[in-house]
Amino acid sequence: MEKRLIRIIISAILGGLGLLLRSSSLEISFILFLISYIIVGYDIIFKSIKHIKNGNVFDENFLMSLATIGAFIIGEYPEGVAVMLFYQIGEFFQDYAVDKSRKSIADLMDIRPDYAHVKRDGIIVKVDPDEVEVGEIIIIKPGEKVPLDSRIIEGYSTVDVSALSGESIPLDIKPGDNILSASININGLLTAEVLTEYDESTVSKILDLVENASSKKSESEKFITKFARYYTPIVVIFAFLLAFIPPLLITNASMSEWVYRAIAFLVVSCPCALVVSVPLSFFGGIGGASKKGILIKGSNYMETLAQISTTVFDKTGTLTKGVFKVQEVKAYNISEDELIELAAHVEYYSNHPIAESIKKYYGKEIIKDRISDIEEIPGHGIIALVDNRKVYAGNDKLMDKMGIDFKAPDLVGTIIHVAIDDEYSGYILIADELKSDSAKAINDLKNGKMRHIALLTGDNYKVAKEVSDRLKIEEIYTELLPADKVSIIEGMIGKPDIYGKVAFVGDGINDAPVLTRSDIGIAMGGLGSDAAIEAADIVIMTDEPSKISTAIKISKNTLNIAKQNTIFAIGIKVLVLILSALGLASLWLAIFADVGVTVIAVFNSLRTLRSDNI
Amino acid sequence: MKKKFRLENLGCANCAAKMEDRINKLDGVESVSINFMTTRMIIEADKEKMPTIIQEAEKIIKKLEPDTKLTKA
Repeated sequence: MEKRLIRIIISAILGGLGLLLRSSSLEISFILFLISYIIVGYDIIFKSIKHIKNGNVFDENFLMSLATIGAFIIGEYPEGVAVMLFYQIGEFFQDYAVDKSRKSIADLMDIRPDYAHVKRDGIIVKVDPDEVEVGEIIIIKPGEKVPLDSRIIEGYSTVDVSALSGESIPLDIKPGDNILSASININGLLTAEVLTEYDESTVSKILDLVENASSKKSESEKFITKFARYYTPIVVIFAFLLAFIPPLLITNASMSEWVYRAIAFLVVSCPCALVVSVPLSFFGGIGGASKKGILIKGSNYMETLAQISTTVFDKTGTLTKGVFKVQEVKAYNISEDELIELAAHVEYYSNHPIAESIKKYYGKEIIKDRISDIEEIPGHGIIALVDNRKVYAGNDKLMDKMGIDFKAPDLVGTIIHVAIDDEYSGYILIADELKSDSAKAINDLKNGKMRHIALLTGDNYKVAKEVSDRLKIEEIYTELLPADKVSIIEGMIGKPDIYGKVAFVGDGINDAPVLTRSDIGIAMGGLGSDAAIEAADIVIMTDEPSKISTAIKISKNTLNIAKQNTIFAIGIKVLVLILSALGLASLWLAIFADVGVTVIAVFNSLRTLRSDNI
Repeated sequence: MKKKFRLENLGCANCAAKMEDRINKLDGVESVSINFMTTRMIIEADKEKMPTIIQEAEKIIKKLEPDTKLTKA
């Protein structure tokens, strides 16, 4: 890098001297120009010869050599030197810009843990994280990166998870809590048991996602690749035509004048500005989003996200906390304690949030031997034998389906009816809370001109209505089975004139088919759920639905920058080509259209990395 | 199967695009992506044809940018 700078300076001084001496001695001036040219351009000429040997003719080096040697042949020595000189200066800046952006990207990817302290045979050894096996015990000192997803056995600390989720408030952790790889242990010494292998860990998944994102190309990137394929050969052909045809047709035309114009064409013929800057914009945008805890799986999704005009939310776990609490227990003919006990046993094998809340409320140990013949009816509930009594626990639909007589109480919340041996025995009222930023999430989307916002839920109308009223969502669909959700989304996608592109936001596990079917599937709180990461196109790592409008803003911003670069680069190049053809542009301008534009476009695309003010 | 590589000294974005284009046309290649910014290349291809594909890919890369070195990542 520095050597190149010295060459540029020496060559510029010699070239300047050559220009000064041009009026007094043409010979000395020519020699100065020649030396200046060789100093600055020898590597380019060598490279182009090497590439020609490899059968790879039309590259930048060849075009620059051809252009500058051409300038010398027609006697334009100062310009021959200048083209090479400015080409090198431009390359210098371009390398600087690429280097700088590579560094910012490396910083972004610098969440990879380098080592793990493992306890083996009573000794603590320092090893590569991928050599640690599941179940081994690791020690995490204050200030260290957590190497693997693990569960705390001993120690209290606060951890910084900002690298993973963008969440700036540190988390307090205690024994029994899980911590994720790539979070940073701030103050306490922790002993933890490893839960996943390195390849399966959160940090590997995130890095994989971001790195692989570039393989799913956006339409703009595909366009650039196609454009580049035709642009260079066409411009080079025009350059040759320009050099040789007009002098044949126009009387008194000077050959060197047209060759000069052709040389300008050759200088502008590299599509580098586009080829570098457009993919860089998308990569930067994906990187910037990941800093905010938003993982976008490909540039193509960014493009679709920017066009979304309908957002459909799942309710539970997405707009509400998904943390259910038993609010009321009503029992007929048996005691309330017995009702809860039976319900907790029926729900034992279910990990649905509702089941969890009943088990938590019961609070005592569940004896597995008492449960048998479990049957889960999705969207309805569970039937099982507990102490050889047939116990039904589920919603209104389950009771109807089983032909059990009951009276639905007029309450807001999720009601789990319990029936024993075909006789109605009471209900458990469970309610959920809204997330603190749900209202903001909906409001931001509305301000961002989202045309339709809808709520889908398996819950009953009353619960859904209360949530939608508070969040000001007008369109709600209730009491849905997973398959119903898919058909509603399909219905919306089938009416693009009304709904446009449709995004679905869910919390993963049960929503995988809907996430896959929608134009864009967004999974919330994806860190815990593999199914979500797999099925979704975009994963929001925090539990904040307000990140959706952030993701849309980042996408729009990225697309804008990519578009600016495309229009700017193509525009300037075409303009300079026209001006050169008409003889109105100097080679200096052509140089600007090549490297100057690349440097400006690269720096412009780096703006996508900055997501802080979005 | 998928294989990851690092392209050391990858200096020209247009060359990277050309490499991608040509490697993509090799027999047995399902997809290839070269990320100019992270200098990573990911080839997805038939397992049996992978060794020949890697050889061919290396030739293509050397031809387009002789200074670039292909290493495993």
